[in-house]
Amino acid sequence: MKLKTSMTNFAVGLAAVVLGFGLTVEAPSAAPAPSPLLLNATGATFPNPIYSKWFAEYNRAHPDIQVNYNSLGSGAGIRQLQAGTVDFGASDAPMTDQQLHDTKVPVLHFPTVLGAVVPTYNIQGVNQELNFTGEVLADIFLGKITKWNDPALTSLNKGVSLPDTDIVVIHRSDGSGTSYVWTDYLSKISPEWSSRVGRNASVNWPVGMGGKGSEGLTGLVKQQPGALGYVELTYAIQNKLPYGRVKNSAGVFQKADLPAVTAAAASEAKGIPADFRVSITDAPGKGAYPICTFTYLLIPSKIDDAAKKDAIKGFLHWMLTDGQNDVEALDYAKLPKELVARELKAIAQIN
Amino acid sequence: MAIFPSTVNRASFSWRARQFVQRLKHGDEVAHLITLLAAASIIVVTVMLVYQLYVNSALPRQKFGFGFFTGRTWDPVSGDFGALPFIYGTLVSSALALLLAVPLGVGAAIFLSELAPLRISNYLTFIIELLAAVPSVIYGVLGIFVLVPVLRKFVMPFLKHTLGFLPLFKGPIYGVSMLAGGVVLAIMIVPFIISVSREVLMAVPVEQREAALGLGATKWESTWQVVVPFARVGIMASIFLALARALGETMAVTMVIGNDPRINASLFAPGYSIAAVIANEFTEATGDLHLQGLIELGLVLFLLTILINGLARVVIILTTQKGAAQG
Repeated sequence: MKLKTSMTNFAVGLAAVVLGFGLTVEAPSAAPAPSPLLLNATGATFPNPIYSKWFAEYNRAHPDIQVNYNSLGSGAGIRQLQAGTVDFGASDAPMTDQQLHDTKVPVLHFPTVLGAVVPTYNIQGVNQELNFTGEVLADIFLGKITKWNDPALTSLNKGVSLPDTDIVVIHRSDGSGTSYVWTDYLSKISPEWSSRVGRNASVNWPVGMGGKGSEGLTGLVKQQPGALGYVELTYAIQNKLPYGRVKNSAGVFQKADLPAVTAAAASEAKGIPADFRVSITDAPGKGAYPICTFTYLLIPSKIDDAAKKDAIKGFLHWMLTDGQNDVEALDYAKLPKELVARELKAIAQIN
Repeated sequence: MAIFPSTVNRASFSWRARQFVQRLKHGDEVAHLITLLAAASIIVVTVMLVYQLYVNSALPRQKFGFGFFTGRTWDPVSGDFGALPFIYGTLVSSALALLLAVPLGVGAAIFLSELAPLRISNYLTFIIELLAAVPSVIYGVLGIFVLVPVLRKFVMPFLKHTLGFLPLFKGPIYGVSMLAGGVVLAIMIVPFIISVSREVLMAVPVEQREAALGLGATKWESTWQVVVPFARVGIMASIFLALARALGETMAVTMVIGNDPRINASLFAPGYSIAAVIANEFTEATGDLHLQGLIELGLVLFLLTILINGLARVVIILTTQKGAAQG
């Protein structure tokens, strides 16, 4: 009889997991809350700290509006928006043409904050900030550069004695917006990366090993001598990780900081299309850090419930104006002013 | 058909209803009904689970067919999905875990049930059962910060030095590896083996021991040649319970196994397991094929578990001799 128990235990466990997924996918959006008005949203984990703060602060100013944000990941945000089970979604990467085509109601993208991804490393005896180029990073992640004292690296870092140790490539094992930005950048820089690997939240990594989440990746990098990985700038700052400068398209080795990230968006601002769906990696501009990204709120362009429509429009307006002042305290970069002006106009498209 | 169908039916119906109410009063029928519902609910859940996994994995089944089981590439960008590295990683890490946990667990259970004073045995068992309740993410964190460094600095260099001629212990040492995954799993499943095996061993009738001792056996001979064989089926059941847990374990494994879907003979190389890749990629899987590929992996894990449990039953049936306790 014990054997049966083991089987059923396992089955029940699996079932609980699957039912859990089912529930999150099919949860009804209209919660029976007479007052306040409850908005449901699901999406990216990267902006979760600032979104939580925004929604809480907005609720304090407008007690009649409450947003319930579920940070299940960008993929879940897009899927639930398509299924119509949430009032709005959130994603690090913009939706693809195919995804927009598969969605019944046209979706508007609103960039909310900017993030950046930085290379972090652990080399014994090296405490300096290292310089990287996109080509070198791509070759390391393709497995073509395998030693820290490779001429390609030493020529970028004159005066630093890089040891003759193997580079241990560490990537994120969980699907993540961070990986999307990183692979998007490498795809733009390296044709070989673009054709062999491509850009996505999870890819088929040519070399290295995966750490789960920023904390898992950081754990591996900290312990593994010779490790090279990548993390969000916010995470690197908050955890005081060493991270390198990356050469931007103007030829400057740029250290990632919040002004450099905003500068990347500002230098791209004119080229940003009307629907705001754009990649801003490898941005032009001298002060721009090259591995940056927007993160988006995904808002249906047609909202039938008038109260909800007004609430969402009101929140967007607040988020783009007053809300931007909260951003830097949490180590996110502000949107450039010219973009904010365009987004404020775009709010009128919601009806 | 009957001449007075209505009256006959009514009579028998009311008679039956009265019978039923009568039996309800005794409680037997209620208990029967409730336990039946409880048992049926398990079956319903299992069937629904398999049905959902099957229906939601139609795309990759159509595209890859059986090639899904043999494919070695997992590429969400190009939409090429093969499960073999994950199946391999799941089986190897679980086998490794059993290899380490079974001698340890059964040995500890024998000590606790046969040799240790009852008080000490009870205290230790309490502690062991506490271990079984620790969330797996805690094991994962301890794995990263304690186990992996120990493996990298001491255990793996030692293995490489002494057994390095085997392909199992070749290659560069990273720490995070299939070996680390197996060891973490072993630590997690040992409490299950100990606690269930101890119960089974303690349930062996005292007469069995007394008879063996009476025939001149030493304490150890009685334990090893009489008590353990008597409890063998129960011990095996504890092992399979532990195996099921190892196959489905997610968090602790993904934190130390390295998450690299490549098949490598060396236990020092990183690997990947089915449960780990599902947990890792499910939230950000935006493409339908990718998402459904992950769901099909869930189905594969389910089939794998059924297969292994089926094999286990066969092993038990084949090796059960007369006189052994029926678990």
